[in-house]
Amino acid sequence: MELVHNIQHADIVHRCFRCGYCKFPSDYSDFNCPSYKAFGWDTYSPGGRMWLIRGWMEGEIKTNSHFAEIMYACTACDNCKNQCVFPRFRDFLPEIFEETRAELVNEGFVPPPVRDYFKAVTINGNPYKLPQERRGDWAAGTGIQKFSGHEYLLYIGSVGAWDEIGQKMTRSVARVLIKAGVSVGILADEETCDGNDVKAMGETGLFKQLATDNIIKFKEKGIVKIITLDPHAYNAFKKDYPPLGADFQVFHHTQIMAELLKEKRITPSTYPVTVTYHDPCYLGRHNAIYGPPRDILKAIPGLALVEMRQSGVNGFCCGGGGGNFFTDILGSGEDSPGRVRVRQALQTGASVIAVACPNCAKMLCDAVKAEGLEEILRVQGIAEIIEQASL
Amino acid sequence: MSDILNSLIEILGKRGVSNSPEELWYYSMDPGVLDPHLPEFVVAPKTTEEVQKIVRLANREKIPIVPMGNGMSLTGLVIPLKGGIVMDMKRMNKIVEVNPVARYVVVEGGTSQGMLKAYLQEHHPGLRHSLPDAPAATTIAANVSLHGQGRLTQQYGFNSDMVTGLEVVLPTGEICRIGSPSVGPYWFSKGPSLPDLSGLFLGWLGTTGVITKVGLMLYPNKKIRDVELFVTDRADLIPEMLYRLTHLEMLEDINVWFQPKPLMFEDNFHITIYFAGDDDEEIEFKRKKLWNTMQGYIDSRDGGFMSVQYIKASLLEMPQRSIADFADVPKGGGFEYSGPIVTIDRFPLYAAKLVELARKYRLLYAGAARLISGGHMMMFAISFAFNRDDRDMMRRVKEALEEATEFALAEGGIPWKPNFAEQRMILDKMEPATRSLYRMIKKNLDPQGIMNPGNWEVN
Amino acid sequence: MNDLQFSENVCLTCPTADCMMKCQYIRFGSIKEAHGEMMKVVRGEDSRILSECVTCYACEEYCRRGNHPYLLIGERREEKGLLSAPRPIAKQWINLTRMQGKQFICQVNDTALSCCLLPELMVLATGEIFNGVSQAVVFGAEFMCPAVHSHFSKMSVIRERLPLVIENFRKLGVKEVIFMHDECYGTFTSIAPAYCYELPFRPIYYMDFLLERLTQLKDRIKPLNIRAAYQRPCSNRLIPDKLPLVKQILDLIGVELPERTYQGENSLCCGEVFKATSGYQLVADVQGRNISDMLASGADYCVFNCPACQVSLSEKVKKEGLKPVHLVDLCKIAIGEKRREEFL
Repeated sequence: MELVHNIQHADIVHRCFRCGYCKFPSDYSDFNCPSYKAFGWDTYSPGGRMWLIRGWMEGEIKTNSHFAEIMYACTACDNCKNQCVFPRFRDFLPEIFEETRAELVNEGFVPPPVRDYFKAVTINGNPYKLPQERRGDWAAGTGIQKFSGHEYLLYIGSVGAWDEIGQKMTRSVARVLIKAGVSVGILADEETCDGNDVKAMGETGLFKQLATDNIIKFKEKGIVKIITLDPHAYNAFKKDYPPLGADFQVFHHTQIMAELLKEKRITPSTYPVTVTYHDPCYLGRHNAIYGPPRDILKAIPGLALVEMRQSGVNGFCCGGGGGNFFTDILGSGEDSPGRVRVRQALQTGASVIAVACPNCAKMLCDAVKAEGLEEILRVQGIAEIIEQASL
Repeated sequence: MSDILNSLIEILGKRGVSNSPEELWYYSMDPGVLDPHLPEFVVAPKTTEEVQKIVRLANREKIPIVPMGNGMSLTGLVIPLKGGIVMDMKRMNKIVEVNPVARYVVVEGGTSQGMLKAYLQEHHPGLRHSLPDAPAATTIAANVSLHGQGRLTQQYGFNSDMVTGLEVVLPTGEICRIGSPSVGPYWFSKGPSLPDLSGLFLGWLGTTGVITKVGLMLYPNKKIRDVELFVTDRADLIPEMLYRLTHLEMLEDINVWFQPKPLMFEDNFHITIYFAGDDDEEIEFKRKKLWNTMQGYIDSRDGGFMSVQYIKASLLEMPQRSIADFADVPKGGGFEYSGPIVTIDRFPLYAAKLVELARKYRLLYAGAARLISGGHMMMFAISFAFNRDDRDMMRRVKEALEEATEFALAEGGIPWKPNFAEQRMILDKMEPATRSLYRMIKKNLDPQGIMNPGNWEVN
Repeated sequence: MNDLQFSENVCLTCPTADCMMKCQYIRFGSIKEAHGEMMKVVRGEDSRILSECVTCYACEEYCRRGNHPYLLIGERREEKGLLSAPRPIAKQWINLTRMQGKQFICQVNDTALSCCLLPELMVLATGEIFNGVSQAVVFGAEFMCPAVHSHFSKMSVIRERLPLVIENFRKLGVKEVIFMHDECYGTFTSIAPAYCYELPFRPIYYMDFLLERLTQLKDRIKPLNIRAAYQRPCSNRLIPDKLPLVKQILDLIGVELPERTYQGENSLCCGEVFKATSGYQLVADVQGRNISDMLASGADYCVFNCPACQVSLSEKVKKEGLKPVHLVDLCKIAIGEKRREEFL
């Protein structure tokens, strides 16, 4: 059949059975696909998307705003890839969704907030449309310096650099690293977007440009080791930069901090609190880093770590992945992923949700407010918790 | 039409209604081989009252309504044959009540099998329900409305036999409780000692009302489950083997299956035998009894127990995810089966027919039988996998399945979850007086003919 | 097709009839009776041996006069159409082990490391001990020894497939093959000559390799100081001269093998084959006696050599408080490559 729209994996899209395993966690206790949970139509589930993509490739579904919305409501959380019952085939699900978004970009048919996001990143180097020269303002008072031959670069990313809640997390990470005597610097006003979400949203051209520019910049500065604040940047640096010529050693800040704790370069005293840890999708499912953040929390005297039912490989996305942090296609309704996640955290009896990603921090903070739980639940970055325990 | 849309939005809010081409297209079909039909609206209620309002609106405006769970019957039972409204029930997924001592649960009409399983595991680990091997997303109400089967069917009958009460929105909009909940707060009996009105809804495939709540029997969840696999190459001995196994009265589930791929399964029939116990002593006792029951066949060299360790985890999984794998064998994402309910002595006949059909229509087959109610009958699945990208193969599957149904009817079997064409074949073969009774019931319950029209239609 | 080389005269002049007198499954009243029954088998006559043999391979070891009683019993059964196992089980094994072009060949030069058709062996054949040879793995039906079919008296399958497997190895152009499975090594060093097949390579038994490597790695060994019962696999009966290697290896890593009733020539089958061939009673009896004996010896580990034995008995020994572990894994623990806790 001649295809009206084409994507790289067009030849396997028809293999989806639409059985629905993809929308669950492995114990089936609740839906684990954020967009399905939020919208409740089968079309918003991974299987639904696969069938729509097939109909669209074959011309039965026309490109339109609703189709685009369905494609962009995917948070790229990778749950479906773990739950689909067909081996090998399932590995390509997230790619097929990304390829479809890329094709929508090619056709110039993306939802307005997605378009605005691309535009802002292209023009400003960040999605906040803020002047790049102020990108390092958050660092004031943390003691961290601009990168200059340090052992590590601390790469922040846009959310950690600009968002108020993100900045709080960033400052803690910087302070903890400096206090532990890590040789680390930042790019400040020279830092630009890592492009992870740009790629997830299908703007492959822009991603390539951002990545290439970053790789050149990092190399020129003699950067060898990178600590990322943000799992999104970690993911891009780790997986998508190497094919473009990158050969940096990349660490997420929780990996470094877990080591610092082991080496007793961080020595928290006590923090008597019950904490539940929210796995960021780009740290957990995308990169299989589940241990270090938990190791840190477990090492803090007085702290009790309790798990949400949907955790680890079955963690439920905060709703901010795949660019939804900026585009807000999933909205803030009762069934929005952030609010669902906060209710799951509440069930554990914890008073703190520990996060390891600035996007998750912001999404969950907003959700705590929307649920009216500010008195009961706090969202804290792992580094903030370390600092709290060291007071 | 926009009036209807507005009315639906008024009932359900904007997020509860869609007439976007994407939803209409998706909900026009199921994963089987039947042709799609577009609905005009897709709705997703969250409460019984919302269902009631939608049904009243549809009854007034004479708009068809097709209630839908996960749409996994494969036989097009949720394809809106005459357009109208597809009602996706999956947002009504609360577990309303568990009575652990009376061993029943009450769930909303869109609760999935997977969620109930997870809920029981967490809150009532000593209880379980009869989980089908359909994907975890399939719903309990849909399953009982088509007389589904599950892991405990061998012991206790169809999953619909395990219903302990229903809440139904009738096609005219009344909310009606069936069984013990109609006279008191307890959901322990779907009928007895009253006249059993559940029969007006179970097996009717959504043509007589919308099931909004189901009471379901729960059973002891023993601490250990185990499985043995007996293989034989003689179809003619299988009825006798099954008769002997069911005589034991201690086996949880018995399935017989045969398929040419992978190669290690070729030319043999496999009897999967599940049993459970609370400790090793109980398990070993049952294992010994079941092995000894089959000793004669081992001695005569007609059958034997195969090593099960390598596939044990997959066999014990509930639902058994590997069953969906069959759809991917021709790398094409589809399979469909005709699953007549027949007596166990007919096994060789149906097995031979399946192979004959596979050969005739050049298809990849799998045969599977699940025993029902201690061997009183079985569901014999004549399954063919297909490549969704190969229209000709899909046509051949359709024809092969039609022939399978004709065969089953000619042999006195009853097609299970029949598609609309198969329903017609059944009704044609049915005694006229019985057919009239069907018509009378349907006409009285659904005077406007709005409920899943095209199904169980007696002209 | 090559026929089994079997000397009638060797049997005729046998003074002990050890092959049958030592059999743990068929009982004879006297040497004369046992000898008489075996001679019936030799002459192609009916004998109770042909219906009672449970295919444990042991008579291959018991016969010290170089004959192949086990293989002969299989041949005679097949000639007479007597089935040692249910037909569907034999069929299943023939299908399961059929060559379908799905073999897996890594970087093979002069040496190949054969993992038969047992994926567990590929996992075992890794790490420091197998450094230098683990990249030379060959796996699949194409390289699988067909001896398993002797359990089902399908000697014709052995005769048909053995030359094909030998040919597949020849095509690899290897000079030597290390066999991770006793059955393979036994097949190529015992069954192949019995049927007059010549090998284009030198077969190496993995325990010889293991011993050599452990000797090289001696400095890294921390004695385990444990006591273990060894589950000897049936196919080790084809190569009884290799049995002492087990003790030598275990000595080296500080594992004591306490005396037990069912060891050496008296070893009991894991029961996996009996499951298919005989029924519940024999399996329960043999496994029950075997495990009780392991416990009585004071062992706290049960050491396996064959993955099939391990699959068959692991769960059961674990329930009785023994720790099931493969010999190779024990060695890996001893050199600090694996942790003991993994096998608890």
